[in-house]
Amino acid sequence: MQANIDLQGLRVGITGGTSGLGLALVRQLAEKGASVTFVARTAANVGRVAAETGAYGIVADIGKKEDIYPIAMQISANLGGVDVLINNASSLGPVPLALLADTECEELEAALVVNVLGVFRLTKALFGALAASAREGRGALVINISSDAAVNAYPGWGAYGASKAALAHLTAIWDSESNPDGIRFVAFDPGDMDTPLHALALPDADRSTLKDPELAAAEIIEKMLDALPSHDALTAGAHA
Amino acid sequence: MIAAYRLDRQSARLLVVEADGTMRDLPRANLGTLFDPGDLVVANDAATFPASLHGTHLRCGKTIEIRLAGWLSASAPVRFLVIVFGSGDHRTRTEDRLPPPALSSGDRLQLGPLEARVERVLDHARLVELSFEGTRAAMFAGLAQHGRPIQYAHVPEPLALWDVWTRIAARPVAFEAPSASFALDWRTLQAWRRREIGFATLTHAAGISSTGDPALDSHLPFDEPYHIPECTVAQVARAQLRGSRIIAIGTSVVRALEAAANPDGSVRAGDGIATGRIACGTPLRVVDAILTGVHQPGESHFELLRAFADDGLLASASTALTACGYRAHEFGDSMLLNRQPPLYWREP
Repeated sequence: MQANIDLQGLRVGITGGTSGLGLALVRQLAEKGASVTFVARTAANVGRVAAETGAYGIVADIGKKEDIYPIAMQISANLGGVDVLINNASSLGPVPLALLADTECEELEAALVVNVLGVFRLTKALFGALAASAREGRGALVINISSDAAVNAYPGWGAYGASKAALAHLTAIWDSESNPDGIRFVAFDPGDMDTPLHALALPDADRSTLKDPELAAAEIIEKMLDALPSHDALTAGAHA
Repeated sequence: MIAAYRLDRQSARLLVVEADGTMRDLPRANLGTLFDPGDLVVANDAATFPASLHGTHLRCGKTIEIRLAGWLSASAPVRFLVIVFGSGDHRTRTEDRLPPPALSSGDRLQLGPLEARVERVLDHARLVELSFEGTRAAMFAGLAQHGRPIQYAHVPEPLALWDVWTRIAARPVAFEAPSASFALDWRTLQAWRRREIGFATLTHAAGISSTGDPALDSHLPFDEPYHIPECTVAQVARAQLRGSRIIAIGTSVVRALEAAANPDGSVRAGDGIATGRIACGTPLRVVDAILTGVHQPGESHFELLRAFADDGLLASASTALTACGYRAHEFGDSMLLNRQPPLYWREP
């Protein structure tokens, strides 16, 4: 684990930045010196996390089409570009979890809108900025937060699992398509974490068996650094 | 969403005007097959602000619209040159819009969640210097919430931000879209890469291109800041060394590259400001060809084309564009104009 790495000059956008894994990522990246802009739906939470971390917060909803370009504009404008986009915001689908035959169409649709369409829309809106970063030798990386529910057929997780499976495949195809443009796409399964989302899904879970989101965030940062060019390139381009 | 006014990418046309005056009418989808290995295509990757804001002139209570039209200073990113209109909207042609209420220095405007102050009234009743209250980030948030892209009377549906961002749009610094870049898509860029045609970008804060008001248009283009990355400068130098062509996607790229050109044709990296007009007789030190929209004589964009070719050739091209039914608006067809060597120049 690279505890003391300096991420000065790295420009990161994160969705779902006020709870669970997203909050841990915002905290750790900001603490290591990265320039961070995050998105979440609730103004009070955005204000609290922004005040705590010094990161810039945007109040918006990834599930709303009209919010996407205003989000992309603010991420690019505030950071002066973007090197890393972490699509972390997720919708669980029906709560409590439901069998597919009991899932309303609208509930499946809502999960797809956030977990697949929202990711697609925001990434597409920021694709030009990511490509610019790649051209300047800074690297460009999209990390999509996935789940083992994308692979395993867990009963009750139909809406979430199907949306994460779609996201995993979207990630793989986009990675192969955009490799020549220097943009990498990675799907990352952080494991079962002790987060509000997990508590919504399985309120009776033994929290002591769940992973600390701070640990998952550290693993993601490590993976991120592996996928980016050396830190020197970032610092050299930091004026851009 | 794909707005109805937008051309189907497959139906867009491209008129190629060679330096010797020969012309070809092609589907624009063939763009990936043009140019030679070693050539370098340079595009403007500026994203576009929602630069139109409706609000109230607080002293008199009347409604107004402002359009951000130029940056006043890169070091003070909440200060702008703006064009102000009275009540009404884009469905009225710009030249027919009501004037704003009489404006004075110090007047305050409420623009949705944003408050702004008139710093100075310039030499046209619609043209002022304006500064937003608060931080740069608060201004971006206010623009994101309340701003709309500048609209056009000829486009019936409201334009959303996704309509005015090109495929390569990166940092938001432009007030109107660098519309020549609408011709680009990632498939074309990949086709160029396979054929060893280079692609580079710069970021040029394209301002308002035309207002329809001759007095205002005489001020255009305003000074426009640009940024040219080191890697773009290196690619330009390599192309020049090979004797390959440099192709600019749009007038803003020509403005930036020529503003940053040294007398020997090399280009300076970094930030700069493009001032003045490029027009008939302006020597071009860097750019060999331009991909542009279809512009009318008299517009500043058309005047810039007069640095590439003599009036006789431009008149022939205009005739061909009309004969082939090319569409002239921001989202219309395209022309690739190769620079005429002096040998070919004729008196009009």
